[in-house]
Amino acid sequence: MPGIALIEGVTMALAHELSHDESVVVLGEDVGVNGGVFRATAGLQQRFGKERVMDTPLAEGMIAGMSVGMAAQGMRPVAEMQFMGFIYPAVDQMISHAGRLRHRTRGRLSCPMVLRAPYGGGIHAPEHHSESTEALFAHIPGVRVVIPSSPARAYGLLLAAIRDPDPVVFLEPKRIYRLVKQEVEDDGVALPLDVCYILREGDDVTVVTWGAMTHETLKAASELESDGINCEVIDLATISPLDIETILESVEKTGRLVIVHEAARTCGVGAEIAAQVAEQALYDLEAPIQRVTGYDTVMPLFRLEMEYLPSVARIKDAVKVTLEE
Amino acid sequence: MKKTVAEYHIDYLQILDPDGNVQGELPAFARYPHELINLYQRMTLTRVFDTKAINLQRTGKLGTYASSLGHEAAHVGMGSAMHEKDVFAPMYREYGAQFCRGVKMSDVLMYWGGDERGNNFAGPRQDFPWCVPIATQCLHAAGAAMAMKLRGEKRCAVASIGDGGTSEGAFYEALNLAGAQQLPVVFVVVNNKWAISVPLHLQTAAKTLAQKAIAAGIPGIQVDGNDVIAMRATMEAALERARNGGGPALVEAVTYRLSDHTTADDATRYRPQEEVDEAWKVEPLERTRSYLISIGSWDDGKEQALLADCARQVDEAVNEYLATDRMPVTAMFDHMYEELPEAMQDQRETAIRYDRSGGHH
Repeated sequence: MPGIALIEGVTMALAHELSHDESVVVLGEDVGVNGGVFRATAGLQQRFGKERVMDTPLAEGMIAGMSVGMAAQGMRPVAEMQFMGFIYPAVDQMISHAGRLRHRTRGRLSCPMVLRAPYGGGIHAPEHHSESTEALFAHIPGVRVVIPSSPARAYGLLLAAIRDPDPVVFLEPKRIYRLVKQEVEDDGVALPLDVCYILREGDDVTVVTWGAMTHETLKAASELESDGINCEVIDLATISPLDIETILESVEKTGRLVIVHEAARTCGVGAEIAAQVAEQALYDLEAPIQRVTGYDTVMPLFRLEMEYLPSVARIKDAVKVTLEE
Repeated sequence: MKKTVAEYHIDYLQILDPDGNVQGELPAFARYPHELINLYQRMTLTRVFDTKAINLQRTGKLGTYASSLGHEAAHVGMGSAMHEKDVFAPMYREYGAQFCRGVKMSDVLMYWGGDERGNNFAGPRQDFPWCVPIATQCLHAAGAAMAMKLRGEKRCAVASIGDGGTSEGAFYEALNLAGAQQLPVVFVVVNNKWAISVPLHLQTAAKTLAQKAIAAGIPGIQVDGNDVIAMRATMEAALERARNGGGPALVEAVTYRLSDHTTADDATRYRPQEEVDEAWKVEPLERTRSYLISIGSWDDGKEQALLADCARQVDEAVNEYLATDRMPVTAMFDHMYEELPEAMQDQRETAIRYDRSGGHH
């Protein structure tokens, strides 16, 4: 079986659900004839028709609001935001409606929609094309935030997101869209949401990360191994709600925690993880928690973007800090 | 009882047809050949620059770049009608307008080359930077116009947007505000028929984009956006009216995106070549040149001299851009606030410590 890239995992999941569930509709800007600016929906309109893979007018608030409406009618819209930098008009719909439709109607209506968006930096893109603002969405009650970091998880988690009865913001780390290939069977088997994935086991330090940063983190872990340091690397995968149990179990074993994310530091998801570990496992910790994050600055244009993104060196140093006496 | 309570129509203006013939009467400025030559020179420079920028991207010396090919008359018509003290809120491909306002070619290259200094225009200090989030700039232009109105200034603001942008809420919000408050602002919809891969008919069922003004209670006109004379004349009238308290206007410039959306796009995936070939027959430069030749104001020698001069200017800008070093890592922290908060100092130090260039840029 030939391997597929992360973005092809997305395409395969969309095609699978379009084939097996008539209520699934893919919509967004340039998702039809063009197959998406990153090609995530390539070939889907030819295969499933213009009514199920829809090019919409250019208006993100409209795309999200229309998805709320369709979802309330029992459809399963999977809407694409072209870049996370353009997602903000949709935030109103997600926070004011998608996340609370079930709650405020006491279960009479629900909102099984998925809002997909490529996110993150490191691809030499123009302004507003490189930010990581997953924390904004993690702060919205009633909305799940899911981030895959491998082709298999892109496929399995997107299937789960589409089938989930509640709204999911599904963020795709575009820097690793085509970085690695992996064999993924198109078997329609979803992966569980709301759980972390342990990417590497280790006893010395727990390192929690997600998205494209899993690659820098795994590289750091592998380099640290030659220094005799064994990291346990956890991919958060579902950013909200948080699977804190898996992290607590790991911290109980290692006594040390490093959190790595590409997003800005202040009120980033790392702060929530650190707070929960402090609340529930302070006495397991043998060293202060370390965060390796983007800075509280505007994401710079691409000449400086690699200075903004956490590097392998920064991650390794943070791990070492937790091991200092 | 049933009766008609309001009726509307949309005018279309073309002065220079695709063959370079004048239809109707020339506006005052166009009776001076040097004025037209100036516009033609600006359009030519914009196109020479555009070709070079695409080459730079193809050879890895520039990031993603949004071409202005085919939009030269719309952009130069709009920019040349503005006064220096007016304010421009562009989207991201109106180089022809911006060069009229003093934005440097090297600024454009810096911006698409991944360097914020490109947005720090030396010329129009009050113009807004390039605006990638679609249609949001329309509200900024309306806000700038509100400031001008409140201060009683004889200035106006111009927002430029594409056909796709007219689907965004911010566009309608700005139009509505401008009408309700009679703001000195002119909205220019550069209708190039395509929003990346989405053709106009999937964007709207409206027959024109000019008519979007009607619901906001402001005048709207459709202009041949490949006719620099009509564009300049329409913009001059709308801007003069706005500056003198006459209120806002919407100008739809009908043109065509002869290029891909950006260098990251491949329009052959979704657009028939025949359509592009047809659009080339009505592009803006040739008709202007034909007219200038027909009145004895242009010839082959002048054309060759102009192209050589444009190439020289563009090369100078490219050299200036290529010779500019990357900013230091601390630039990420500069201009975040007027003064960097104490709480961010340690992050700045972290950035310096892990500088991947080792301090050498």
